[in-house]
Amino acid sequence: MIIDYLIKGLAKTRTGLVDRIEMLVSGYKKLDDSFFEELEEILIQADLGVQTSMDLVETLRIKTKESKIEVAHEAIAMLKKQIQQMLGDDNPSMNLQKDALTVILVVGVNGAGKTTSIAKMAYQLKEQGNKVILAAGDTFRAAATEQLEKWSQDIGVSLIKQKEGADPAAVAYDALQSAIAKKADVLIVDTAGRLHTKINLMEEIKKIKRVLERELPGAPHETLLVLDASTGQNAIEQAKLFNKATGITGIVLTKLDGSAKGGIVIPIADRLDIPVKWIGVGENKEDLKPFNPKDYTDTLFS
Amino acid sequence: MAIFSSLSEKIQHAFAGLKKKGTLGEDDVMKALKEVQIALLEADVNYKVVKSMMQDIKEKAIGKRVMESLSPAQQVIKIVNEELTSMMGKEQASIVLSPNPPTIIMLCGLQGAGKSTTCAKLANHFKKEHKKVMMAACDVYRPAAIKQLQVLGEALDIPVFFLGDSVSPVDIAKGAIEKAKKSAVDILLVDTAGRMHIDEQMMDELVQMKQEIKPHEILLVVDAMTGQDALHVAEHFNQGLDIDGLLLSKMDGDARGGAAISAKAVTGKPIKFLGTGEKIGDLEAFHPERMASRILGMGDVLTLIERAQEHFDEKKAKELEEKIRKSSFTLQDFLEQMENMKNMGSMEDMMNMIPGMAKQMKQQPIDEKRLGRNRAIIQSMTKIERENPPLIDASRRRRIARGSGTTVQQVNALLKQFGETQKMMKRIGQMGKGGKIPRIPGLFS
Repeated sequence: MIIDYLIKGLAKTRTGLVDRIEMLVSGYKKLDDSFFEELEEILIQADLGVQTSMDLVETLRIKTKESKIEVAHEAIAMLKKQIQQMLGDDNPSMNLQKDALTVILVVGVNGAGKTTSIAKMAYQLKEQGNKVILAAGDTFRAAATEQLEKWSQDIGVSLIKQKEGADPAAVAYDALQSAIAKKADVLIVDTAGRLHTKINLMEEIKKIKRVLERELPGAPHETLLVLDASTGQNAIEQAKLFNKATGITGIVLTKLDGSAKGGIVIPIADRLDIPVKWIGVGENKEDLKPFNPKDYTDTLFS
Repeated sequence: MAIFSSLSEKIQHAFAGLKKKGTLGEDDVMKALKEVQIALLEADVNYKVVKSMMQDIKEKAIGKRVMESLSPAQQVIKIVNEELTSMMGKEQASIVLSPNPPTIIMLCGLQGAGKSTTCAKLANHFKKEHKKVMMAACDVYRPAAIKQLQVLGEALDIPVFFLGDSVSPVDIAKGAIEKAKKSAVDILLVDTAGRMHIDEQMMDELVQMKQEIKPHEILLVVDAMTGQDALHVAEHFNQGLDIDGLLLSKMDGDARGGAAISAKAVTGKPIKFLGTGEKIGDLEAFHPERMASRILGMGDVLTLIERAQEHFDEKKAKELEEKIRKSSFTLQDFLEQMENMKNMGSMEDMMNMIPGMAKQMKQQPIDEKRLGRNRAIIQSMTKIERENPPLIDASRRRRIARGSGTTVQQVNALLKQFGETQKMMKRIGQMGKGGKIPRIPGLFS
């Protein structure tokens, strides 16, 4: 069960949110001001952001009053539902092509965990019986290609690479041609980490996408933004600008095995309509799990 | 969501009903502090830290006389800014080198914080000070992490000590020290693997390494984009290792960097350096007052001033200032100014430092390519045209477009942009006189 992994990850620092919610449930009989204030504080500390946290709690105030809810755990159940709605009710699935090549482009800021996430994703897709090819599109960071190469050997998938400093769009082109020729099922294109504020680098990523689109209509079928769970409010700007440049179809929320909750994905999903598709919960190749809004919300509040 | 890029506007608004008053009353202060609190939380300062700060600021602000030259809003911001600055350490902290070399500096942090890049930047920093530097590759976990450090070392011509990935990190570090002693190295930088602060086994490894190699300096690398969790991360690393300082990475993005306050507050350890870009030279000393302005969303005027001073010719700047005041700013000046800007760093960097500009940037990003095009257009004009733009009629525009390899529309766009700049310059010139905007020596004053 995914939830077990999450709990295992989160359990290490359950002193945070979870215990405080438990304290809330047992400590407050009445839904008074301090109850709602405490809830707001908990949400802010999970990185949902001030505005989202205030809006959620304000809505909860009104709704609990309307439905005459007076007990803490019922109010919290209601809050969970609100958050789930923001995240989207369904399990968002990957747009995999049947009997045709699926191209996945992976983008994000430096150090978010793109390469590791790609390796994990490749492993999973391969286990499901797909022929997977990786494109070493991070030609900027020292030894990024070697990093992906080691993973590809470990997992047993092939890797298309060029020299350090090569044009990443050329790597993507090569890899796409190779994937078509070899009749691969999935091509995953890695890219160098870049801050969303660097206009030249954002242009570069647009070019990579254009090349993929041109060579294979419909590609990339998924453009995933990798987001570190410990990121604060800046993640919204990241999502906005990467989305503007490349049209993000989903988020990979990494490093959920730490004490950060990654709550920023809630306003992102809500406002930009970008679903979380995967979560990273460790350093091994098995440690990538499909995102489930309900499980995720439960771990925030159970 | 409204990211409050201008806290002062918000506070101004909170004080809207307030006319000249002698002292700050409790109600006024509370109203203003509510906005400050939101701004700090939006900047990712940890909730607990914000809460305790508010208490301090409240005590300092209530009953305070509003200074003659300030509005009540400005007075509150001044107090908040001072509080933030003092929280981040009043002065710059540097790395003290050991009298018995090598000085051992150990880097630690979460995965992806930027340790290896930072390690190379620090190595480069010390090498420039004519120190003999060596790096030790102790990240045996992440695939190709050792290789990454080797590649960086090669590019900088700095030796990297490594023993592969099947030797324990502690043994690699010990080996590196021996080697450093033999080769009379001044500074040894020890790169370690990224790890979760709650991973006890991995944290123990660092504790053991500390005991074995007794580093003179342990630096925790913290990503400037970190949210509320920065507090816990810094707390855990400091509890285990008693770190000596913090280094904030990825400061070149648009994150407000509230993590800096959280990490500083919970550890009490100084922030020593900032990572400010992808290039190896992009490492800067930390300035508390600048960070305070950034977190408050008030830009980084001081850094801009410093860069402006470095790159602007004083005399030329004086001339420019004269021209601004007299509103005789020409296309020739526009071109020179663009060239100067280029020397000062990328436009994006510059704009991020100017209060209010960061927000405008979002709507209209600066396009370096367009700058190049504009340069070509101006260079295709005659001297007379540059000094007297109204002279440029349709036929001249066509000629300029041909000469610069652009289109008439692009020439038109530039002339329009210049017209607006001229207007803005005029305004700035006037404001500068009244002393209402921050004066930027070497640029506009």
